[in-house]
Amino acid sequence: MIAKTFMPLLGRAGFIFLAVLALIGIGMPVLNLFTSPDSILHVPDYAVTLGGKYLCYALLALSVDLVWGYCGILSLGHGAFFALGGYAMGMYMMRQIGARGVYGNAELPDFMVFLNWQVLPWYWHGFEYFTFAILMVVLAPGLLALVFGWFAFRSRVTGVYLSIITQAMTYALLLAFFRNDMGFGGNNGLTDFKDILGFSVQAASTRAALFMLSALALGLCFIIARKIVDSKFGKIIIGIRDAESRTRFLGYRVENYKLFIFVISAIMAGIAGALYVPQVGIINPSEFAPSNSIEAVIWTAFGGRGTLWGAALGAVVINAVKSYLTGALPNAWLFVLGALAIVVTIYMPKGLAGLFSGWSKVRANKPLKQTLSEAAE
Amino acid sequence: MTTETLLYLEGVSVTFDGFKALNNLNLDVGTNEMRAIIGPNGAGKTTMMDVITGKTRPDEGRVSFRDVTLTTMDETAIANIGIGRKFQKPTVFESHTVWDNLELAMKAPRSSFASLRWSLTGEQLERISKTLERINLTPAAKQLAGNLSHGQKQWLEIGMLLMQEPELLLVDEPVAGMTDAETEKTAMLLRDIAQTAAVVVVEHDMDFVRALDVRVTVLHEGSVLAEGSLDTVQNNQRVIDVYLGR
Repeated sequence: MIAKTFMPLLGRAGFIFLAVLALIGIGMPVLNLFTSPDSILHVPDYAVTLGGKYLCYALLALSVDLVWGYCGILSLGHGAFFALGGYAMGMYMMRQIGARGVYGNAELPDFMVFLNWQVLPWYWHGFEYFTFAILMVVLAPGLLALVFGWFAFRSRVTGVYLSIITQAMTYALLLAFFRNDMGFGGNNGLTDFKDILGFSVQAASTRAALFMLSALALGLCFIIARKIVDSKFGKIIIGIRDAESRTRFLGYRVENYKLFIFVISAIMAGIAGALYVPQVGIINPSEFAPSNSIEAVIWTAFGGRGTLWGAALGAVVINAVKSYLTGALPNAWLFVLGALAIVVTIYMPKGLAGLFSGWSKVRANKPLKQTLSEAAE
Repeated sequence: MTTETLLYLEGVSVTFDGFKALNNLNLDVGTNEMRAIIGPNGAGKTTMMDVITGKTRPDEGRVSFRDVTLTTMDETAIANIGIGRKFQKPTVFESHTVWDNLELAMKAPRSSFASLRWSLTGEQLERISKTLERINLTPAAKQLAGNLSHGQKQWLEIGMLLMQEPELLLVDEPVAGMTDAETEKTAMLLRDIAQTAAVVVVEHDMDFVRALDVRVTVLHEGSVLAEGSLDTVQNNQRVIDVYLGR
């Protein structure tokens, strides 16, 4: 029944993706909270936190895919939107610490006391309210994307030039957030969080809830993104990707279309960041590092551009490998990542998703010739 | 010429790095007129189209369409007041189906929000089917445009222009890479289109221009060398010297 309703809406792969996501999103927390630690079915606490982190990365990759895979905008600065969402959430949690900080100052976060600040900077006001913080999670990355995109797309900056300025954008923010006088905790960032909406961030149940919320956010953003790319709007941004001038000469305002999808994507990245921070317990300027944004692009390429679910899968797979390798062979990880980038570019232009879709196409008994010519492309 | 002027170029000049691509060009095209533009390579044919469609800003001169001055407008705005353009190299959305290509080109609200909410009405469905019929691509409707032959892509692009319902079509080398049979069909198609819209065709293929049987403008070094029926310009000594005689 459910399958029949959603299948045409999301496609078979999308449906399977959501089903698996729902299974994991509910199954992992349940197996964590309601089984005894001795049971073989028990999911340890660290796995829930780690998995939640992967889901946030998956949402970041999905947002990259939305602009890159569908609209051809290779953003090498999406980590900035992720980090801004993270900082907005971090600021809320800093304010929740209240007098429980090391210096016991109810008005000022520890790092401000340490810097001898007397009053809370104006831009920290409001962050004691959760709803305000959530608003900022959406607005901060959204507005940055709006302003940045408005200038970039109107001036018709495209291709590698756009990639470079997105990279410059995130790098500039990295340097800015490093400064103590910016008032975001400088080098150390925001950390030492106690609770979120009154629930301790250390508690297993809070972790489990955050995991579920991450899965939910990923699922909802996936459905929204799917709806967008399946609409005429989606076909137009694909048109912009493949033949920008044709789209323009058909009478579409290319810059507005790019701006729209760029802002939506930035907001999704921001939401991912906001869910990430309470799970890892810290947000600092290194989240703005250009290499983070590049990694997100590699996840997307590895998983398969222009499929949405592929990007999410890529993020999870690569990060799982990363977690394993940085433990088992700490020196090997960067080489593996580099090799992966090369292998994907040369041998797997459609990424993991390409492997699956190739397999399902053959099964669907399409004429072999057509399958081959599609594979060759 | 009895019809009123639709497109009007006066004293248009464009210079690229000291090279005069257009040099005091004058041209007028009437409502529902079909005009062929010929001329050697570098004569300024494509630059002229770039100027009309807003891709290139002229250094001087006036370009107007109906009563609208085009020189201050961008490509999108010009497309939306009723000027469609087919590129020299066929440019279609290769990863979309033939049907989707036509649907995207169809005259409809162009804003992002309109596109998000878009759905086809029965009447619009009918229009797409009719256009498919007209450009001989009905059997290929569900195929990806990237899989079409070169000639079919040319037709699809013309079909996309038709879906825009422009008053003026600028068609750059529509029969390049076509077989004789396809060329003949294209000539018929363009003549048919010219019943309801003005068409400016740039083409090198003289047999094709003859088949169109319309007024011809010969460009040379960025300005008009001669104008008239194909026979008249073919017998013009200056035209023979710079173009046809070579």
